[in-house]
Amino acid sequence: MNYNFAFLDEDTKRMLRRALLKAVAIPGYQVPFGSREMPLPYGWGTGGIQVTAALLGPDDVLKVIDQGADDTTNAVNIRRFFARVAGVATTEHTADATLIQTRHRIPETSLRENQILVFQVPEPEPLRTLEPREAETRSLHALADYGLMHVKLYEDIAQYGHIATSYDYPVLVDGRYLTSPSPIPKFDNPKLDQSPALMLFGAGREKRLYAIPPYTRVESLAFEDHPFEIQRWEQQCELCGAGESYLDEVIVDDHGKRMFVCSDTDFCGQRRAEASA
Amino acid sequence: MTAALMLELRDLSKSFELHHQHGARLNVLRGLDLRLHAGECVVLSGASGAGKSTLLRVIYANYHPTFGAVHVRHDDRWIDLARATPHEVLDVRRRTLGYVSQFLRVIPRVPTLDIVAEPLLQSGVDAAAARVRAGDMLQRLNVPERLWQLPPGTFSGGEQQRVNIARGLIVPRPILLLDEPTASLDAGNRAVVAQLLQEARDAGSAVLGIFHDEDMRDRVATRLFPMQALEAA
Amino acid sequence: MSALLQVRHLSHHYGRRVGCEDVSFDLHAGELLCIVGESGSGKSTLLNTVAAQLAPTAGSVRYRQRDGAWLEIATLNEADRRRLAREEWGFVTQNPRDGLRLNVSAGANVAERLMALGVRHYSQLREIARGWLERVEIDPARIDDAPTGFSGGMQQRLQIARTLVTQPRLVFMDEPTAGLDVSVQARILDLLRRLVNELGLAAVMVTHDLAVARLLAARTMVMQGGRVVETGLTDQILDDPQHPYTQLLVSSVLTT
Repeated sequence: MNYNFAFLDEDTKRMLRRALLKAVAIPGYQVPFGSREMPLPYGWGTGGIQVTAALLGPDDVLKVIDQGADDTTNAVNIRRFFARVAGVATTEHTADATLIQTRHRIPETSLRENQILVFQVPEPEPLRTLEPREAETRSLHALADYGLMHVKLYEDIAQYGHIATSYDYPVLVDGRYLTSPSPIPKFDNPKLDQSPALMLFGAGREKRLYAIPPYTRVESLAFEDHPFEIQRWEQQCELCGAGESYLDEVIVDDHGKRMFVCSDTDFCGQRRAEASA
Repeated sequence: MTAALMLELRDLSKSFELHHQHGARLNVLRGLDLRLHAGECVVLSGASGAGKSTLLRVIYANYHPTFGAVHVRHDDRWIDLARATPHEVLDVRRRTLGYVSQFLRVIPRVPTLDIVAEPLLQSGVDAAAARVRAGDMLQRLNVPERLWQLPPGTFSGGEQQRVNIARGLIVPRPILLLDEPTASLDAGNRAVVAQLLQEARDAGSAVLGIFHDEDMRDRVATRLFPMQALEAA
Repeated sequence: MSALLQVRHLSHHYGRRVGCEDVSFDLHAGELLCIVGESGSGKSTLLNTVAAQLAPTAGSVRYRQRDGAWLEIATLNEADRRRLAREEWGFVTQNPRDGLRLNVSAGANVAERLMALGVRHYSQLREIARGWLERVEIDPARIDDAPTGFSGGMQQRLQIARTLVTQPRLVFMDEPTAGLDVSVQARILDLLRRLVNELGLAAVMVTHDLAVARLLAARTMVMQGGRVVETGLTDQILDDPQHPYTQLLVSSVLTT
């Protein structure tokens, strides 16, 4: 069976690129786009896949991660999908990739210029849980009227004594648009700020695209007396010994034995390879 | 030397048109003239139905006069309340024209002391000083201190009336209108009210009132103003 | 005392149906004006049009800002209108559920307008919210409770706190005591009266209850069929009504 290069027809890709250009031009602003039916269900990364399809060229090297891992079902399937419909090279190494599609993480390895990170986004609207009306949230964005977002953070502190929001932690992009960083852990929020790589976000079901261009100021919201903080662990990765990476807690047997390991499998594997070399 | 003229009614008429009683028209006052000077106490006299209360209410701008003028000296200028704007009327009431009715009309739940102090607060006295003065006033009118923090809704008629008088007289005003404020008071408290009115007059207030009790009338009146009921037209 | 709000020949039509028609009035600083009339008389339409929640079909609303400059409300853009509504005005709805955020705590409800004004100090927000809960007679220990668990009267008092926390100069109230028990009503009326006096608020209040107008408002406007049929001092209107409709309203009040 023959597909057009990268599955989508050229007109759709052009539409997506125009929307992406607009998104880059207005950092953090949600651009509507005509989301297509994809050969996998909503919630499996249809937004990210369409963005990736619009960007891929024959020379690109693609990496796909899900929760930091290259070897989980979602990541493997999307990587194989593009290998098949675009014939592009794929990799698991962050440093080798030109385009990385991700769900819920930013790689530990620092990104560089000329790399693009594509996020899969389930809910692009950070105000949605507080304000269900789309027309109203659009007005709030238009007027930069973001007091409401602090209501949520206030509620966190009131209930838990600290800001308990630990993922999808709201950010203000370029001092203007309140933006959802997608459900990455807030551990990754500092990597959004002044990133050399272009970051693009696609929400297939909600039909929205947005972008954080390279070297853009990204600020995580907070209170003066409750500043933004990232997660810290007492443990280190039991496989590579890393003390500064984002750790997953894994249950390893039926007796509830648990261990902490890096969520970024490529980062962990490289460290182990270096250590044994 | 003659005392300053404070209030002048000219050719004052009041009738009520009842739209839902087949357009019935009640004529209560007609062509009435009256002059009231600083320091005097004019008592309206006449049988029930002569329009005494209506007259006080017209002067207080509670009723619209049908015809004629109600000139009031306010800050050394004259205002015709029959033609004044609501904001002017409110200002005249706040600073020049006091009115004490037979009945106390207040918000439920507000303590007596605050009810009495309220006119002072509105004229700019600070809250603590207003309360002290309200307490003094209630003391003089023999309202027991244990009642001060209670709302007056459940008080006896006489107690309510004394609260009403305290509230009505606490801010010195150049013109006082009194509509039977002593109707349910005993002799002792009537004497207190008479004393308060004397003090107000000594300070230059002009008083216009209705007192059915002859003893009270004789005690406070400097002159009587007789009134008669009009025949129904 | 000079005017804070000038309404001139204001009309709002719903298509061909008249909501309110050719209404003019001034509101002075620190003054409470009641709009009375039966259901469908156009009271709420007028209130919403004055408060810039509905666009006028004709006429104008002018508001004098803190710096003394007059704003023509119709010429403001949406951003300025919202800023005004947030910083200098307040709106209390009849059903507190329309004016509150039911899914967040009482404290957050009170603090929201402050956060919208840029207050970013959590402890400060808490302290102010506690103070306001106390002021509207809600136990400050309930600061972290959701208003869904509050009684109707408490919800209404919470809405009042939420509205007044930023110390607006002008507050619009749409039947704030309707739908509450009589005893609860009295408490809220007392509270409103006290706060209006303490804060020197100007307010426009819609009510169908003449007793409320008598207790709270120095001035009253009577509406019928979208038009103001009588306006003046509240006691004048209630004690010596001139217009047939006002006479009917006044004579229909049950006296106790």
